[in-house]
Amino acid sequence: MSVNSLVAVSLAYVAFLFAIAFFAERAAARGQGGWMRSPWVYTLSLSIYCTAWTFYGAVGYAARSGMEFVTIYLGPTLVMLGWWWVLRKLVRIGRAQRATSIADLISARYGKSNLLAIVVTLMAVIGVTPYIALQLQSVTLSLGAFAGPPGSSTLGNPASAFWVAGGLALFTVLFGTRKLDANERHSGVVMAIAVEAVVKLIALIAVGVFVVWGIAGGVQPMLAQIDASPIGTWEMDRSRWVALTALSAAAFLCLPRMFQVLVVENDDERHLQIAAWAFPVYLMLMSLFVVPIAVVGLDLMPAGSNPDLFVLTIPLAEGREGLAGLSFLGGFSSATSMVIVATLALATMVSNHVVMPVWLNVQGRDGALVSGDVRNVVLVARRASILMILGLGYLYYRFSGGGAALAAIGLISFTGVAQFLPALLGGIFWRGASRWGALAGLSIGFVVWVYASLLPSFGPDGAMSARLLAEGPWGIGWLRPQALFGIEGLDPTVHAVVWSLTLNTTVFVIASLITFPTPLERLQGAQFVNVFELSGQPREWHAAMATSEDLMIMAQRILGADEARAVFREEADRQGNFGHLPEPSQAFLQRLDRELAGSVGAAPAHAMISQLVGGASVSVEDLMAVADESAQILEYSNQLEAKSAELARTAGALRAANDKLTALSVQKDAFLSQISHELRTPMTSIRSFSEILRDTDGIGQMEKTKYASIIHGEAIRLPRLLDDLLDLSVLENGQVNLNVETGKLEDVLEKAVVTAQASGSGTLTIKRRRLNEAVTLSTDLARLAQVFINLMTNAGKYCDADAPRLDVSVETRDGAVCVVFFDNGTPIAPEQRDLIFEKFARIDGTPGAGAGLGLAICREIMARLGGDITLDHTETGNRFVVVLPQQAALAAQ
Amino acid sequence: MKPALPTSVFLERRSYRRRRMMDAVRLLPVLGAMLLMLPLFWPSAPGTADGDAIRMSTAVTYVFVVWLILICTAFALWRMLWFTRGVDASDADAPEDGDAG
Repeated sequence: MSVNSLVAVSLAYVAFLFAIAFFAERAAARGQGGWMRSPWVYTLSLSIYCTAWTFYGAVGYAARSGMEFVTIYLGPTLVMLGWWWVLRKLVRIGRAQRATSIADLISARYGKSNLLAIVVTLMAVIGVTPYIALQLQSVTLSLGAFAGPPGSSTLGNPASAFWVAGGLALFTVLFGTRKLDANERHSGVVMAIAVEAVVKLIALIAVGVFVVWGIAGGVQPMLAQIDASPIGTWEMDRSRWVALTALSAAAFLCLPRMFQVLVVENDDERHLQIAAWAFPVYLMLMSLFVVPIAVVGLDLMPAGSNPDLFVLTIPLAEGREGLAGLSFLGGFSSATSMVIVATLALATMVSNHVVMPVWLNVQGRDGALVSGDVRNVVLVARRASILMILGLGYLYYRFSGGGAALAAIGLISFTGVAQFLPALLGGIFWRGASRWGALAGLSIGFVVWVYASLLPSFGPDGAMSARLLAEGPWGIGWLRPQALFGIEGLDPTVHAVVWSLTLNTTVFVIASLITFPTPLERLQGAQFVNVFELSGQPREWHAAMATSEDLMIMAQRILGADEARAVFREEADRQGNFGHLPEPSQAFLQRLDRELAGSVGAAPAHAMISQLVGGASVSVEDLMAVADESAQILEYSNQLEAKSAELARTAGALRAANDKLTALSVQKDAFLSQISHELRTPMTSIRSFSEILRDTDGIGQMEKTKYASIIHGEAIRLPRLLDDLLDLSVLENGQVNLNVETGKLEDVLEKAVVTAQASGSGTLTIKRRRLNEAVTLSTDLARLAQVFINLMTNAGKYCDADAPRLDVSVETRDGAVCVVFFDNGTPIAPEQRDLIFEKFARIDGTPGAGAGLGLAICREIMARLGGDITLDHTETGNRFVVVLPQQAALAAQ
Repeated sequence: MKPALPTSVFLERRSYRRRRMMDAVRLLPVLGAMLLMLPLFWPSAPGTADGDAIRMSTAVTYVFVVWLILICTAFALWRMLWFTRGVDASDADAPEDGDAG
């Protein structure tokens, strides 16, 4: 079979795969794709674990190291059998969080940190690059096996590897990003992968059956031949047996392409329970004939032929060209399916976590909703990422010299991606795992991996000088890349695995213990670790607030105008709403969510719809932003409230002050008019009587005397009035000088009685109880006497009883000495009691010529002396109480 | 009242069996790891006399037989769980959801 016909067969096979993907997609679009979402397709899609490394490399591995190759399949078998422990939780979390990749999941766990997503993405790209190089190498090798004479090597043929890489890139771009749509990715590619899984299994089993029954002649002779072969005894490096089983188990969980098919493409969690035994069956069948093929190859092939190609070269050597062709297709399937899914998974990570954030930032903060066709950007980003990843693979292949055995390259890659394990498992089982822990652990693990595994893989004097490998950097022995910390004698792979994962885990745990996670991290941590308590089915939309127009506008920008219209029209027809926009029902929103998720990733699609639908499914970040904002508003409004209360208080104080000022002004006006009136009255009478005296002739002496005495009386009254006013003004302004002296109350009262009776009409009888009056006072006695005199004269003037009488007694009230003046006149009306102590206040309808200043003066004097004067409520008579200043009386006792 | 009693006893038994089955599912990988790590105790030093060394055919047979046993056990457990599913749907403490580890 010529190389040309092989290429033709390969192209036909690729066309066949395209057709399968196309029809699968069509069937899914018509809603007939139920059978494609079966557990069997899910199980077969997991078979991308078995790459060209398995197909070709396992036999080479067995030819070199015996049964050790099987550890690579025992690890995943144990993981699948233990689905209940890890995978069940991982799948549930992946679905609940709508993870698009392992980078998405890890970043979501640690507070949606994009930094972490970028780190994981870069590590995944670097870690998977050797693996892609491996596929290039195997396809190049297999083509070379057909081209040259058996045993000759085309290892160093860069041209063929370049064309293989270019072809695979084209294939992946056409397959994975032909159109940006959820359905194609999910059903088309997965279906094609499932078919490829069947092809590679059949191819390997066919070669195995041919070897066992066609060449060796049955099972028993085969077993005998195995024992007789160079690998006929059990020679096992025990540390490698354990380390490689653990490593393959870790890589099975952490490889981006495995995460893609295990978690992202999972339709039903129950499929996992079937895959738990079905996938180990697949792995076992893939491994079953590896040792027989290796043994027969070692026996048949000339010494020095490449054992990695026994699967091809044995049928060729036996002249079975058809079988060799099938075997080539099997290897080709292994390589292409791995490359497609791996590069798609990586491209999704690169475009979602590196390119899109950058592009959205360049476009401005709300770029996704403003303008432009996001679809094109995503498509271009994905295609560029695919080309970049395959380009890196090709470069690795060129610079590693293409010489290392397939198994060694695969193990380097496994060790690289296994660095995700501590962050991943810690994230889903330990709530204390923190972002800084994850970052630190990943970084240290990655550095150790690059230093101890990746760089030495380029061979002595490749990326590291032979001297550095042998003596360590600057001659520091304990830093030798393959004998860290001076521990020698370890197998290099075991050495890299043990040190990178040990340091990774240690740093991860310590950094998590000493750092404090953000609130978002703690929330996400709780959601991940307690996913079974917290999550039910994937979240549902509550389509109350979205309008179909908004959804249509958004969908057009992402899906493209035609397609969005088609989706909306179809839905409208389904709802019986012909010619109109569909109602935003639950089912429709979920469908739209799926459509958009295929274009921009699940999380952004979800976020966009939730923006439009509102309320139903807000992210924690949104909630926290809202909470922050409302906390600020609350604080602000509290401040405002405090300020407005303060303002209200000030305004109240101002209003009170204003009222007081107004009242004072009124009082002042009243006082002025009163005083002018009071002054005018005696002036008028003086004027009139003096005019009579001047102008009237013939007035008798009697009358002259009478008028002159009136004028005299008024002239005396005027200065007294002025004296009183001055007195009051002095008292009110507080300018009074008190002349404090010590004396007896008895004497003060005696003087007052004498003065009052001298000036009064004399009809008033004043009764005193001298026994109680023996109180010594220390105060301004003259002023006190003035108060007493005023009270007594008032009683004399206004007491309207037939026999006016005033009882003066001394009492003690609440420890204070009081002098009580109790007359037997008509009681002052209650409403006027408050007024009598005001200036110019006179009781209406009472006779007398007072200016109404007496009691006001009394009150002012008592206030100055530190005492008080009040009017008690009484049924008969008036009872004024003069409360003597307390300290004055006390000082006297 | 009385006719309901046997039914509930029957259901209890089924759900009890189902839970022990889930225990077996959980323990299966532990058993698998133990069996697959057993070859660590085989003599394998290159200096071992030919008579002591384990023959490759024995090793291959052992690994694949263990593999097959594990798969068959997993399959049997799955079948039993799959066909008792729904029988005790009322069992709120359904093993695949309730006993979160």
